[in-house]
Amino acid sequence: MNSFWIILTGSLVAATCGFLGCFLILRRMAMLGDAISHAILPGIAIAFLLTGGRDSIAMLVGAAVIGLLTVFLIQLFHQSGVKSDAAIGVTFTALFAIGVVLISLYGSHIDLDLDCVLYGEIAYVPWDTLVINGAEWGPRAVWGLGIIFIISLLVVGLFFKQFKICTFDPAMAAAIGIPVALFHYLLMGLVSMATVASFESVGAILVVAMMVVPSATAYLLTDRLPVMLGLSMLIGVLCSILGYSLATWLDSSIAGSMTVVAGLLFLISFLFSPRYGLVSKWQVRRQIKLELE
Amino acid sequence: MGIAHPDLPLSIRDITVAYQKKPVLRHVSLDIPEGRLIGIIGPNGAGKSTLIKSIQGLVPAASGQVSIYGKPFKEQRKLIGYVPQRESVDWDFPTDALDVVLMGRYGKLGWFKRPSKRDKEWAMECLSKVGMADYSNRQISQLSGGQQQRVFLARALAQEAQIYFMDEPFAGVDAATEKAIIQLLNDLKAQKKTVLVVHHDLQTVTEYFDYIVMINKRLIAAGPTEEVFTSDNLQKTYGGRLQFIGEHTAVHTDTNKKGALV
Repeated sequence: MNSFWIILTGSLVAATCGFLGCFLILRRMAMLGDAISHAILPGIAIAFLLTGGRDSIAMLVGAAVIGLLTVFLIQLFHQSGVKSDAAIGVTFTALFAIGVVLISLYGSHIDLDLDCVLYGEIAYVPWDTLVINGAEWGPRAVWGLGIIFIISLLVVGLFFKQFKICTFDPAMAAAIGIPVALFHYLLMGLVSMATVASFESVGAILVVAMMVVPSATAYLLTDRLPVMLGLSMLIGVLCSILGYSLATWLDSSIAGSMTVVAGLLFLISFLFSPRYGLVSKWQVRRQIKLELE
Repeated sequence: MGIAHPDLPLSIRDITVAYQKKPVLRHVSLDIPEGRLIGIIGPNGAGKSTLIKSIQGLVPAASGQVSIYGKPFKEQRKLIGYVPQRESVDWDFPTDALDVVLMGRYGKLGWFKRPSKRDKEWAMECLSKVGMADYSNRQISQLSGGQQQRVFLARALAQEAQIYFMDEPFAGVDAATEKAIIQLLNDLKAQKKTVLVVHHDLQTVTEYFDYIVMINKRLIAAGPTEEVFTSDNLQKTYGGRLQFIGEHTAVHTDTNKKGALV
C-alpha cells in the first residue's frame, strides 16, 4: 500500500507540474518556474513560523503570494531596464536566501528542516495522513496535490482558449480584449501552488525538473497543444512509476530516481521522436542524399 | 475636442506615445474615411507600428483619444481585426494553420464558449480565401514565410471586422503572396471595410493605396494618395535620405530597408 501512495504522490506531482510546465516552456519562461520554485521558500518559512505547523492551506497561500510577488518583482525590474535573465536571477536568489536565513534561524525550534525543504522526502508521505474525526483518509500530500491538480485542470480547461492565445500571440489576445496580464498571473499563481504542494515530496529543487522535463519531452513528440498537455501528464506518471522501481532496485532517493527517469525519457525522445528526433532527421538526410545519387 | 463623428471608422485626437521618457509619437490627430485602403508610411522608427498599437491600446498612450465609429475603442473591439508583424509570434508553437485562424473567432466567443462547428467552417472558408485550404492541417512551423503571412490574414478575415490594422503584411513575402494579399485587401475595400496597412516599400504606394498617412514621429500628411504623395511631403517625412525620380516616384536609398534599392 505504501508503494501505491508514493507512486500516486509522485504521479500527481509530475502530472501537475508537467501540465503547467507546458505553458511555461511555450512562453519561454521555464526559468520563471525555476525562479518561483526557489523564491517561495520564504513563503513556506513564514507560513510555517506563523502557524507553527505544516498547515497546508496557510503554506499554499503564503507560497502563492510570494510566487506572484516574485513574478511581479521580475516584471518590475525588467520594465525598469534590467535584462530579463538578470532580473530573474537577482529576484529568486535574494528571496531564496531570505528563506534559507529564516529557516536556519528558527528551524531548530520547530520541525522544518532545510534538507527536507530542498530535497523533499517522498518516502515519508504515506505516514503523514489526514485524520478527520479519528478516521484516516490517506496521506495528506495526496489530498493537497490532488486538489491542486484538479484546480489546475479546471482552470486551464475552462480558459483553454485564453491560455492558448495569450501564449501564442499576446498582442492579438490583448487587441481582442482578453486580459493578458490576468491570465499571466493566474498561470503563475497555479505554478506557485503546484510548487508548494509538491515541495514536501520532491523538494524545492527537483520540482523544477518536473516542471520542465516532461513538458519538454512532450513538446518533441507532438504538434498539437492538447496532445502535448496529455502527453506531459502521461510522461509524468511514467516517471513516477519507473522512478520508484529504480529507487527500490538501487535503494536510493525516490525523487532523484524519478528525475533521472524523466531525463532518460527526454533523451529517448530527443533521439527517436518521429519528427524531431536526431535519428529520424539523420534518416531523412540520408534518404535525400541517396535520392540525389 | 468635440464628440467624434459616428460615420468615421477611425478618429484619433492628439495621441502622444512615449517609451521611457522620449516621445515616439507627438500630438497625432487623424480622421480616417470609410472604405479606403490606407497606407501608413514613414521611415524606420517613425512610430508606424506604435501608432496602430496605441490605437488598439496595446501600448499605453500618454494622452489622446481614439474613437471607432464615434465610440471609444473598448466598446468597439469586435469591429477591429488585427494582423501583427509575422515575427512577433513563435511559429514553433504546437498548432496547425486552421487552429490559428480559429483564434480570430475568440473575440466573438466571449469568456467561456468554445469554437463551434460553424466557426470551424468559417475559419476553413477564410483559409480558402487566402489560397491556403490545402494546408489547414499543416503544423505552422512547416509553412513558408509567405504562407504564414496568409494564415495571419485568414485569421483577421475570420474576425469579420469593419476596420483592419495590418502591421507590415508585405514584409518578407514572395511576389505571389504579395499579389494575393493586395487582391484580398482590395476585396475588403470593395466590401466597404477600412484597411490600414503599415507599409515600407515606397515604390508600390501609389499602386496599392488610395489614401495615405505619412508620419515621422508626428503626422506629416494624410489624405488621398494623389494629393498627399508629393515630393514635398516625402522630403518632410524622410528628410534628405531620398532621391526623386520624376514627380511621384521615390526611391529609397537607405540600404537597410527591405524596400527598393537604387
